[in-house]
Amino acid sequence: MEKHLICIMCPMGCNLTVKEENGEISVTGNGCNRGVVFAKEELTCPKRIVTTSVKTKNGVKACKTTAPIPKNLMFDCVKEIEKLRLKDAKFGQIIIKNVLGTGADVIVTANE
Amino acid sequence: MVTDVVVIGGGPAGMSAALSASRTGAKVTLVERDEVLGGILNQCIHNGFGLHFFHEELTGPEFAYRFRKMVEGDKNIKVLTSTLVTKIEDKKVEFMGKNGVQEIAAKAVVLAMGCRERTAGNISLCGTRPAGIVTAGVAQKMVNIDGKMVGKDIVILGSGDIGLIMARRLTLEGAKVHAVFEINSTSSGLRRNIMQCLEDFDIPLFFNTTIFEVVGKDRVEGVFYGQVDENFRPIESTRKFLKCDTVVLSVGLVPEMYIAPNATICKTTGGAVVNEFYQTDKEWLFSCGNILHVHDLVDNVAIEAEQAGEFAGLFTLGKLPEHSKTLFVQAGEGVSYVLPYSLFEGQGKVTLKLRLKEKVVRKTLVAKCGANILGKKFILAGVPGEMMSFEIEKNGATDKIVVGIE
Repeated sequence: MEKHLICIMCPMGCNLTVKEENGEISVTGNGCNRGVVFAKEELTCPKRIVTTSVKTKNGVKACKTTAPIPKNLMFDCVKEIEKLRLKDAKFGQIIIKNVLGTGADVIVTANE
Repeated sequence: MVTDVVVIGGGPAGMSAALSASRTGAKVTLVERDEVLGGILNQCIHNGFGLHFFHEELTGPEFAYRFRKMVEGDKNIKVLTSTLVTKIEDKKVEFMGKNGVQEIAAKAVVLAMGCRERTAGNISLCGTRPAGIVTAGVAQKMVNIDGKMVGKDIVILGSGDIGLIMARRLTLEGAKVHAVFEINSTSSGLRRNIMQCLEDFDIPLFFNTTIFEVVGKDRVEGVFYGQVDENFRPIESTRKFLKCDTVVLSVGLVPEMYIAPNATICKTTGGAVVNEFYQTDKEWLFSCGNILHVHDLVDNVAIEAEQAGEFAGLFTLGKLPEHSKTLFVQAGEGVSYVLPYSLFEGQGKVTLKLRLKEKVVRKTLVAKCGANILGKKFILAGVPGEMMSFEIEKNGATDKIVVGIE
């Protein structure tokens, strides 16, 4: 099996070719080792960092997951964040610990 | 008020330029029209920033936060927020702020005001002008800063990065993004954004396709769209209707030069013409970041502005290297522009920045002075949407330098 992917680990966007033979995954076209990690994960369990906003008393504040979470949980993660109404939100503050059991926290990223 | 360097614009370019100018020993005043430093980064809540500059993946507001803390911790930099520059003339900057209209006399001015989005008017979008036509950046501000949705059924015109980012953002917020139309045959956005913003959410991207006409009286009701020929003219036989309530425009950015003094402008970039010290044709006026030429990555903006700020600082202290003979740099075959527009004769390496005219595969970029080759770079795959840097050797150049594809 051969698959073509674009690496999303950095803005370089390397064109990756991933081959799977006898359970062995090989990656070519990567500019650095993060491309190999990305390609292997993309075939087994694709993950993404989720960035969205959380409601506060006066409006909304930007937030993100501290690590990539499984792609199929992105919408559920946004729903979890939508349930919150924060009184106050400081830069870097954890607003959900271990969101959906993924191991990633959700933190406030707004520049204030 | 008196200072050495006035930096106009408190986004990534302005903050970076202010910090490096201050490091030279110059006194700096940084002027920002918004209440908080950070510029457009504050609304770019997605990740992917900082990998080159901070060696860490950050979101826009986090990138801005780090810079803001450095600026606020620098005693040589005076920050004026909620302050709008109204005039720049003969090293004097007039502004309107908390204490009314005032003026600062400076020894150098750095333009770092970034760029503006092209609007429906700029691209002569046909049809009516109901509510629901917004630029991608405005949509981004509404959703990420004001917490308001722009619509439910979205069509995006143009595949620039902000448009792609907004396709994902609006989808996560519960809207249905029906399609992205791109009039060109390639996207001007980064490849990774096409993958993680469109493919991840099964949003179709149509090339050589545009909106023929917007329909709707009070609110957008839909668009007629279809394919274009090689001269970008609509092919009427391909005309189709798509129901939607919102049209998001991501159709390019233009340097925000309207406040700048009469500096010579490059027709391709829309920014000032600068030499290798980022000086415009007025030696006290410097330019960097998106007001000079539109970048793809904030990291590149920060790096460029860091250099420009340092040169501006050195200039005010009389420490800028002597100007030797000017060597003009010209965009040759397949290259739309090269920056800087001129170098000074001398030794050493210099990094040029350029954009290609069209997609190239397995070609070589060459910088030449007459028959003398100053640098070569192999391009595996290059597109106009991605800015390239190209290191060349100045040594041996005595006249005009031409950079082109061979």
